[in-house]
Amino acid sequence: MSDDTLLLEATDLRLRLHTHAGAVDAVRGVSFRLRRGETLGLVGESGCGKSLTAMTLMGLQPEGATVSGSLRFHGEELIGQSEARWCALRGDRIGMVFQEPMSALNPVHTIGHQVAEPLRLHRGLSAAAARKEAVALLDRVGIADASRRYDAWPHQFSGGQRQRITIAMALACGPDLLIADEPTTALDVTIAGQILQLIRELVRERSMGLILISHDLGVIAQNVSRMMVMYGGLVVESGPTREVFTRRAHPYTQGLFGSRPQLGTAAHPGGGRRARLAAIPGNVPELSHLPPGCPFAGRCPVAGPTCEEQMPADIRIEPDHHARCIRLEAAA
Amino acid sequence: MNHPLALLDVKDLVKHFTLPRERLFGPRRVLEALRGVSLNVQAGRSFGIVGESGSGKSTLARCVMALDTPTSGTVTLEGQDLHAMKGEALRAARRDFQMVFQDPFGSLDPRQTVARIVAEPLAALASPHTPSRTEQRERVVQALDAVGLRQSDLDKFPHEFSGGQRQRIAIARALITRPKLIVADEPVSALDVSVQAQVLNLMMDLQEQYGVTYLLISHDLAVVQHLCDDVAVMQGGRIVERGSPHTLFTHPVHPYTRKLVDAVPRVAF
Amino acid sequence: MSDTAAPSTVTPGAWGAFMRRAARHPSFVIGGTLTLLLVGAAILSLFWTPWSPYEMNLAGKLQPPSSTHWLGTDPFGRDVASLLLVGARNSILVGVIAVGIGLGIGGALGLLASARRGWVEEVIMRLADFTFAFPAILSAIMMTAVFGAGIVNSIIAIGIFNIPTFARVTRASANAIASRDFILAARACGKGPWRITVEHVVPNIASVLIVQATIQFAIAILAEAALSYLGLGTQPPQPSWGRMLSEAQTLLFQSPMLAVYPGVAIALAVLGLNLLGDGLRDLLDPRLTRKR
Repeated sequence: MSDDTLLLEATDLRLRLHTHAGAVDAVRGVSFRLRRGETLGLVGESGCGKSLTAMTLMGLQPEGATVSGSLRFHGEELIGQSEARWCALRGDRIGMVFQEPMSALNPVHTIGHQVAEPLRLHRGLSAAAARKEAVALLDRVGIADASRRYDAWPHQFSGGQRQRITIAMALACGPDLLIADEPTTALDVTIAGQILQLIRELVRERSMGLILISHDLGVIAQNVSRMMVMYGGLVVESGPTREVFTRRAHPYTQGLFGSRPQLGTAAHPGGGRRARLAAIPGNVPELSHLPPGCPFAGRCPVAGPTCEEQMPADIRIEPDHHARCIRLEAAA
Repeated sequence: MNHPLALLDVKDLVKHFTLPRERLFGPRRVLEALRGVSLNVQAGRSFGIVGESGSGKSTLARCVMALDTPTSGTVTLEGQDLHAMKGEALRAARRDFQMVFQDPFGSLDPRQTVARIVAEPLAALASPHTPSRTEQRERVVQALDAVGLRQSDLDKFPHEFSGGQRQRIAIARALITRPKLIVADEPVSALDVSVQAQVLNLMMDLQEQYGVTYLLISHDLAVVQHLCDDVAVMQGGRIVERGSPHTLFTHPVHPYTRKLVDAVPRVAF
Repeated sequence: MSDTAAPSTVTPGAWGAFMRRAARHPSFVIGGTLTLLLVGAAILSLFWTPWSPYEMNLAGKLQPPSSTHWLGTDPFGRDVASLLLVGARNSILVGVIAVGIGLGIGGALGLLASARRGWVEEVIMRLADFTFAFPAILSAIMMTAVFGAGIVNSIIAIGIFNIPTFARVTRASANAIASRDFILAARACGKGPWRITVEHVVPNIASVLIVQATIQFAIAILAEAALSYLGLGTQPPQPSWGRMLSEAQTLLFQSPMLAVYPGVAIALAVLGLNLLGDGLRDLLDPRLTRKR
């Protein structure tokens, strides 16, 4: 369900890190559009740039890193904005949920205080009014006995509960956009399912845009309607989740799917040898050592002679389904 | 029941931890991590333990490895009660069972070279059996080769390797004494999907080449299913269901198993 | 199935890389330079000083700086520059031995406490707390007053009060290492606690101890100066910066520079060591805990 308000538009977003080893392009041209009520997933392994992309969307990129390209939020250009403007947006119009529930909460403040903080900061609510709203939020995210537990300390909650609390904090001021960076990776699988369901419900209720980052294809499959696969700082494939999952145009996407042990398959009733997983050979390359062309070329089963030298263009497979590869026919 | 072919026999394992007092004169709370776990691992049939945090699976791993003493119950490896053995005998027996840990960053000493790390189980063997330096080095080279690393990696330090490579080093270390049993506690959980696949394939190959049996502990049902012939599901310090992975995960009986299986996000459309 | 990716950021010499990073760190550079000056002065004094520091020349007392006496002479006609050089040697001697006592005994106690846990740990830590409770300088004064003044006793006194610091720091760091998986892996091989302590724990806490040692060194120099100032430390005719200060005190309005020279020497030595400690802490610790 999306209305036509273009919430976030990223065009050729790039992030250059300045390390002591030199300049490293960690994000190399990410573009997407997100409307209210839409969900977008970013999937990739460590070092692909997905977390840095998420940080850049909040203006939280590392000190000294250079951002270029365009990032428009409700039409307003965010790149180059003052820190004061970013502070006004963060927590108020854009909410973020991080991976580690254990460290996302300040251990010396009560949870109620932390949930109420954005309300007091952005909405200027009095302590009493903020408390009332915070209790309602905590109740909505599933913290039982919220009015009493308002004054409890983070260490008195489990990991799943703490993540619910951080979600309450992120949504306190009713933001238009929620960015969730691996929100369930540190949680048990049964709890993770509940948290993701909570996020889905809240996003639907409030017609927010959702950007969900995960390395887990299953999480992506069940929670977002559109997705982007990232590798080496680039978006190698993007499109509706269903399309990408069934079509798997890019060789890296294929490799990613082939690498997963699947539940319920791989049975060997005759007691014969199990099937080996179709693992992608080699390692994820260092961002400082990428070739000028396709970052996946070194590990790609269908790489051609020009793949490493020239950056492949973004090929349009379907109206909404793109892949950055010149060897798509060979890969199919 | 005593299975004559059992490689590992765990009987009624109980482990309690006493927690620090919360109030000065209050009672000390007891954490019942294991509440009577029994299992049986046959040589050549890898066994998987599935559970979430708090199920007691890591405590089970430590008791099986004789790194923790159980409150009651026995752990028998090839007929020998591990917790009844004295210092030297236990040290000698350790050559037959080794462990791979979850964290590829924390399980290798950052100050030691790969050669020293992988040779450690050999160097720790009791004196008459300790191989000479040269022999140790040779065996390290063999072990590294078996896991797909090179001789040039011998004198490097852990921080020079990626997570997947470090886990291979940890596996090489576990293999070097040619153990019969390898206890692997979440060996691939900290790795990226594509690297996981490489390491899982490696573990499968090693099982065939070296005849090693795994006791694999994981929260990831798909990983356990891929590598193991028998599976037990743990919850709250007890085994709630056991059987073959295929049966268990396609037709779970116990409600907790069902909950676990249902919670795994499916990729199919 | 082989893993063919080359490890990328291989440092050809870890030492070389360290020195390059270190050279860019201001605290380390300044602190290192000052410390080198201190050590250099001490070593130089073993072979050569402009004049003998023991040679008194009452006729030439309290002279201002000149080409013969670069910093002038003291109330007894001794060359100030030579006194400073030999004083440096003294300070270093006290620092090294006192810190050595603290590190050796305190470090061992800390490792014992961490390895043993239980009541052993409690007893050792409470002894450390007990020693900490005594104000260090006052206790050192009391000890030298009881057992006699002199450099040996002051070294012992300062050394004793270094022990609890090292015991605490060692125990805390060793405990942090003890929870890491590679220690568990060593136990799983069958290694005993002492072997694990020596082979695994000590190399991993070495950097913390090095940093602490430089800080304690600075404190030891200050403590020695304080004791000598009170006449309880290095005894005459051995030169000492602290005693130079006390001798200059009565003449403060006639020859103020006599107080400034040893004062500046002490200040620079302490500053240098503290900066060096800070720099080392920044340079050493993050590298150990850095993940890829």
